[in-house]
Amino acid sequence: MILTLHSFWSRQGCLILQPYDMRMGAGTFHPATTLRALGPEPWKAAYVQPSRRPTDGRYGENPNRLQHYYQYQVILKPNPANLQELYLASLAAIGVDPLAHDIRFVEDDWESPTLGAWGLGWEVWCDGMEVTQFTYFQQIGGYDCKPVAGELTYGLERLAMYIQGVDRVYDLRFNDQGVSYGDVFLANEQELSKYNFEIADTEQLFTGFRHAEAEAVRCIEAGIPLAAYDQAIEASHLFNLLQARGVISVQERASYIGRVRDLAKGSCEAWIKKNEARWASDYAGWTV
Amino acid sequence: MTDFLLELRSEEIPARMQAGARADLEKLFRKELAAAGVEPGEVTVWSTPRRLALIARDLPAATQAVREETKGPAVGAPAQALEGFLRKAGLTQDQLEVRDLKGKPTYFAAVEKPGRAVSQVLAQAIPAIVRAFPWPKSMRWGAASITTESTRWVRPLSGIVAIFGEELVVCEAGGVESGYATLGHRFHHPGPITIGGAHDYADKLRACHVIVSHEERQDIVRMGAAEVATLGGLTLVEDEGLVVENAGLTEWPVPLLGRFDEAFLEVPPEVIQLTARVNQKYFVCEQGGKLANAFVCTANIEASDGGDAIVAGNRKVLAARLSDARFFWDTDRKTTLAEQAKKLERITFHEKLGTVADKVERVAKLARWLVEEGIVTSDIDNPRRPREGGDPASSLPLAAQQESGGPAFAGATREELADMAEQAARLCKADLVTEMVGEFPELQGLMGGYYARAEGLPEAVADAIRDHYKPVGQGDEVPTAPVTVAVSLADKLDTLFGFFAIDQAPTGSKDPYALRRAALGIVRTLQSNIVRLPFVRLVEQAYSTFAFNSERRWYLYHVRSSQSGRGFHPASAQVMFENRGAAFWLFDKLPSDDAFQVPYNDAQLEAFSTARFGALPIVERDLLDFFADRLKVQQREAGVRHDLIDAVFALGGEDDLVRLLARVHALQAFVGTEDGANLLAGYKRAANILKKEDWLGIEGEIARTGEEDPLAGVDDPDLAPVIAAKMAERHGAERNYTPEPAEQALVDALAVAAPRAEQAVAAEDFAGAMAALASLRAPIDAFFDSVTVNDADPAKRNARLALLDQFRAAVHNVADFSRIEG
Repeated sequence: MILTLHSFWSRQGCLILQPYDMRMGAGTFHPATTLRALGPEPWKAAYVQPSRRPTDGRYGENPNRLQHYYQYQVILKPNPANLQELYLASLAAIGVDPLAHDIRFVEDDWESPTLGAWGLGWEVWCDGMEVTQFTYFQQIGGYDCKPVAGELTYGLERLAMYIQGVDRVYDLRFNDQGVSYGDVFLANEQELSKYNFEIADTEQLFTGFRHAEAEAVRCIEAGIPLAAYDQAIEASHLFNLLQARGVISVQERASYIGRVRDLAKGSCEAWIKKNEARWASDYAGWTV
Repeated sequence: MTDFLLELRSEEIPARMQAGARADLEKLFRKELAAAGVEPGEVTVWSTPRRLALIARDLPAATQAVREETKGPAVGAPAQALEGFLRKAGLTQDQLEVRDLKGKPTYFAAVEKPGRAVSQVLAQAIPAIVRAFPWPKSMRWGAASITTESTRWVRPLSGIVAIFGEELVVCEAGGVESGYATLGHRFHHPGPITIGGAHDYADKLRACHVIVSHEERQDIVRMGAAEVATLGGLTLVEDEGLVVENAGLTEWPVPLLGRFDEAFLEVPPEVIQLTARVNQKYFVCEQGGKLANAFVCTANIEASDGGDAIVAGNRKVLAARLSDARFFWDTDRKTTLAEQAKKLERITFHEKLGTVADKVERVAKLARWLVEEGIVTSDIDNPRRPREGGDPASSLPLAAQQESGGPAFAGATREELADMAEQAARLCKADLVTEMVGEFPELQGLMGGYYARAEGLPEAVADAIRDHYKPVGQGDEVPTAPVTVAVSLADKLDTLFGFFAIDQAPTGSKDPYALRRAALGIVRTLQSNIVRLPFVRLVEQAYSTFAFNSERRWYLYHVRSSQSGRGFHPASAQVMFENRGAAFWLFDKLPSDDAFQVPYNDAQLEAFSTARFGALPIVERDLLDFFADRLKVQQREAGVRHDLIDAVFALGGEDDLVRLLARVHALQAFVGTEDGANLLAGYKRAANILKKEDWLGIEGEIARTGEEDPLAGVDDPDLAPVIAAKMAERHGAERNYTPEPAEQALVDALAVAAPRAEQAVAAEDFAGAMAALASLRAPIDAFFDSVTVNDADPAKRNARLALLDQFRAAVHNVADFSRIEG
């Protein structure tokens, strides 16, 4: 399935990238999306991104909720006029028949408070299950997207469940030799749910958060936005873990989100500062 | 006359925005046409997820030619004036007409504006409509979005069909050019289709699996869902919101019935229904009055396999959702509500009003107090007690009421009831920290009730936890069980008092904390349960509870900071205090450091705080005014004349809503009678005379001495004999003449009616009081007919004015008639 998507989007002119090697909540956090969505330069990329959502852990007991799963991410800037048709063609390519399955675009406006980003779009339903998030980015890091980028985030496990016709994610066949998704990941889900909810050392997490925050600030001052952004990703994940541990009160929550957003925004700002002169000279009429 | 078709096609429009978009499209279209002087015939608007369509019937081919005339200067006016006028009109002098205007020859410019082709008007109107469209949320898209000036639409705009008769209206908006082609169903008919005009639009789309009329799709969803349920031997739970939403999500709706694992039915039915509706937009079904393990989803295709794969897929999704719900249900029940309630310390109620745990503490005290004071009693839900209107329960047959009422309380002592009220209050917010309510906030209260029952708490406590938010809306039922009434009143009162105390009363249309709803909820609960609430005392109680609660927090903070060796620093304490919430407005009234060295006990603290709060009178006044306003609004909506409400409120001093309303209702009945109307006329006449004569009463002369305080001398021992003599003279002089018969008749009638009205009011027999007043009608009429008030003899004049004043006072026993209109 991944290979089919790679070859499909490669034919549409996308660069095929590799997963980013940091823990993050969604493929959107990958710098190839967040940072590249800013500025006037055309950009097309597709990649798989492992995603960690500590609070979604269910100790392996829910048929399709996982604290670690895989997203297939496509970003196209500016969005082509036929992006919906391209997306539906990609579904057909991996074997979803739109006359047997009910495909629907249901309003779901995307907002990431930790990235200071928002966009309008849909969650795409296949027989009532959300299989893809489809978004037209309007702002990232507090900056208007000029031009707008279209983002597709496929839930790979969920799509595979449709194609293979299984009810539980753990029953997915990983290969033709009898190895299931559960054989590979069930123990991870059980152990990491326990770790995320019960074991993780909260003092260390708080320390780590402060450390990442301080590093990000230093990197922004040093004019290295990509390095700063890495620290923002790290802080965001540590915040998610702290949430899962239930040690952040409601009032504090808003303040932590604000701190992560400041890091993400700061990185975006540094990224724009570093490039804006070149962008403005290459693209007449473009301004921040 | 020609018909016009407009279709604005876009990527999927959110279902919830379509109704508004249809209305906006019609409004903008009519506005553009009106500006060009074109009046369309019938206008129809339709929507699907992928298009907004408008058909306007009977448009003319061209707009009317218009002749515009402008008046210029008079003939013989200075040359500059004429030149200026010609320049502005763009004409030469020989093109002007000269006409006679009020005897003066005056220049007129007449410009003939020829009619415009309506197709041109439309070509300009369409881009203007797109630009002005007020979507609740809109976006930019595509290569054009390299500037923020690019066209905005709800989702990318992808096609415009604009056909006037059979002629294309050529226009462009958002980078899209108009044409004859549109698209049919996304999957059933992927290619373009060519539209001829308004006449074939709907039919051509229907042939391509698109039902363009939203109303027709709603009918299909509504009836189709009921039909598949019936075929499955079930009854559909109707939900018009879901009908509209599913019609807004589909171009070719096909309702399908599916089943889910029966084992999930152990989860409360409300949870199943909510997760099915909110997350998946499914209908649910019943069998034998109970929720069945079935759902109806609405597909957007005529599936090749008849829908089996779709139903199977949806069943899987619902199973995952229900599995989550069951996970929450099981997890939550492992912890008692009392244990959960401890976590409320982490949730801020309002930054200045402390945490939810603080609120719960206050509500528990208040609820207990309401019972202990005998305000809420065990027999309030006795169905035999008369109820005021507005309570739906009162229309139920007696048997049904008894069933829903509380025989359970018949034997409860006041102490037992107070214990239950306190217990329920302490637990009523605990479900806010449960997993289930975290996922479905709408279930607050309801889940608490379920969990309370599951851990074996008394039914009355579980019911109170479940229902204490009620009544939520106007149609919502009002609690009647005593424990519930106590908790519900206490909760709403604490909220009201708290927000008024921190100066967050609603203003204008802004009521972010829903205080009007809370006040109305209290009013309705008091009315329908005939709870006699001494309002001032209640507010005072809320106030002291509140003050005590804040004080103790402060005290504990101080003790903790002393114990931790950090010492006590007022400055840092203030910062802390503001952050922690609680009522910091109390801070500057706190004692010095030394005073806090004494470890107070609860009683001392309470006395201490109550003594030092300064804001009570203001809060109390504002809050009572607020309730009065709510009551007026409510009664006005119920058809009670507002002037009658004012007439009763104007008496002041009334803080018992039940009594107040009884009086208003009696008054409404009375002024509707002939006696009432005539008495009112007599009252007005008397009041006017008193006003005209500037009558200040028998002691008026003393009051008019011009002293700053006219009664300053009253208690002066030296003056006492003088005043006494003066008063004796006046009273003695009251009727040192032979009164006329009508005058004497009024004196006699008053002597009977006034005390009778007073007694009746004291006994809360307002109809009786009105009847007593009615007996004054004939004497007052006769008095005015035959007696001259303004007699030349000052003794007679004074006595008669005093008599009218007595009459007015007697009427005021019941209401301030001066506020009554007519």
